[in-house]
Amino acid sequence: MSIEFRHVSKTFPDGTTAVEDFSLTIPSRETTVLVGSSGCGKTTLLRMINRMVDPSSGSILIDGKDIAEIPPVGLRRSIGYVMQNSGLLPHRTVADNVATVPMLTGVPKRKAREDALALLDRVGLDRALAGRYPSQLSGGQQQRVGVARGLAVDPNILLMDEPFGAVDPIVRDELQQELLRLQGTLGKTVVFVTHDIDEAFLLGNQVVILQRGGRIAQVGTPKEILANPANEFVADFIGAKRGKRRLRIDETGRGEDVLLVDAAGYAAGVLSADDARLVLTGSGPKSRSVSNKTDQAGDA
Amino acid sequence: MLLLQGIAWIFAPANWASVNSGLGIGGEILSHLFYTVLSVAIAAVVAVPIGLAIGHTGRGRGGAILIGNVVRAFPTLGLLAILLILLGFGLIPTLVVFVLLGIPPLLAGAYAGVESVDRQTVDAARAMGMTEWQILMKVELPLAAPLLLGGLRSSTLQIIATVALVSEFGSDSLGAFIISGAATQDYVEMIGGSILVTVLALLADALLAGAQRLTVPRGVPRGAGGRTTAGGRRILTAPSGAPISEGN
Ligand SMILES: Nc1ncnc2c1ncn2[C@@H]1O[C@H](COP(=O)(O)OP(=O)(O)OP(=O)(O)O)[C@@H](O)[C@H]1O
Ligand SMILES: [Mg+2]
Repeated sequence: MSIEFRHVSKTFPDGTTAVEDFSLTIPSRETTVLVGSSGCGKTTLLRMINRMVDPSSGSILIDGKDIAEIPPVGLRRSIGYVMQNSGLLPHRTVADNVATVPMLTGVPKRKAREDALALLDRVGLDRALAGRYPSQLSGGQQQRVGVARGLAVDPNILLMDEPFGAVDPIVRDELQQELLRLQGTLGKTVVFVTHDIDEAFLLGNQVVILQRGGRIAQVGTPKEILANPANEFVADFIGAKRGKRRLRIDETGRGEDVLLVDAAGYAAGVLSADDARLVLTGSGPKSRSVSNKTDQAGDA
Repeated sequence: MLLLQGIAWIFAPANWASVNSGLGIGGEILSHLFYTVLSVAIAAVVAVPIGLAIGHTGRGRGGAILIGNVVRAFPTLGLLAILLILLGFGLIPTLVVFVLLGIPPLLAGAYAGVESVDRQTVDAARAMGMTEWQILMKVELPLAAPLLLGGLRSSTLQIIATVALVSEFGSDSLGAFIISGAATQDYVEMIGGSILVTVLALLADALLAGAQRLTVPRGVPRGAGGRTTAGGRRILTAPSGAPISEGN
């Protein structure tokens, strides 16, 4: 299920051009992350894949088939969609929310509900939550339900629009790991939108750095981009963090393990003497304080 | 004193059989209810689909508000008189008047209800692959139900109050006692009729208020006329253009 954008542009009725001449191939069964600052057209690009937005010009192909020829309702049912504020139906229970799309497509209620419970397991939610309403869940739990719902029809394509943007850093970290684990077993074609470059590098097999108007600044694996920023913009975009990515050994470190600190002096990790392997704790805000790492509590 | 006499008048069995050789209390209540139920039903059949369509598409809202304001701007009695003179007396013209008056609150309740549904919820429903009809029936309507019922409540009260007025033109309703009482200076009968209309309105309101509470979807915080955001926060919204106007 590869997705191909061919010279896609989108101008909204009010004259805003959100995307201009965008071309990209999104490979099958991998995670592609679209990353860029606010308003650069990420959501617009994502929503063009399930025809929530139709391009003004150009075409989008899924496995070589132009989606303009696929009726939107059917297309959307075959594609999972997870959004920032979960978008759960407030008047339906967790189980019913997850079972919604399968039931629309004619799966019998009993089976849809059983499948929903199994999906809750998959995304790491207690089955006891199945009868709750969305307003009775924490933000992190809501997002997990959102992911379960996105997976409910076992879609080949999963679209995720800043799904972890509204949860606190610790829960966000958990959800990211959960997604990595899920993707390891499921192998979906995931298109993930974020404005957080760390999240992009963590989750993406392919990372697409966008500029205003959906212009591609650079496409590549995280390694390629980190090692070889294509231009000033990319260097800048990851640059604010680059100073922090350059780590040095903290002189006051004692014992076998060596403490590493970033440019700003924050502890960033330890160089373990056993295997002399660099253990990075990442450079997100959470790692600014190492003690954060020790009190990671579950959100459930 | 008059009040007690009025109550005594209501409980006098003779008055249930016949008053002034016309219909008795029972008959006038039935007639009042007949006009009310029929008019509310017709008004709902006309107004609710239109209101839902306006709320769903976001088109035609201006028109609905305009119609509501125009209808409300007329003095009810004057409107009644003009229409009955134009259309002729009889069941159908009388019903037309009631229906006309009952439509604006229902219309406003329906579109305000749908509009109060969080746009993100609707967007998510669409992105999941619901058809527009499914979005309306499975998402917007259940979440709009409390405000819709609020519209039904105002509409019913409006019609109960107006039905009392048609007795002026010879149709049967509890208003007959008020009018004939006033005409013959029988203030006991007049008070009795007024109490009956009031009690009928209060009972209808209580019944519908109960129904309104029952339609608040589970999972959505209690109370009518609210909007729930994805985070479960509640924003109070007034059903614009649908003030509870209970009389004239
Ligand atoms: N329906 C719309 N009508 C008009 N303009 C729109 C519409 N949707 C998006 N835009 C505009 O298109 C541009 C791109 O918006 P988009 O939502 O794709 O950005 P984004 O990269 O997802 O931003 P964010 O990170 O803030 O979510 C913005 O300038 C936005 O204002
Ligand atoms: Mg966006």
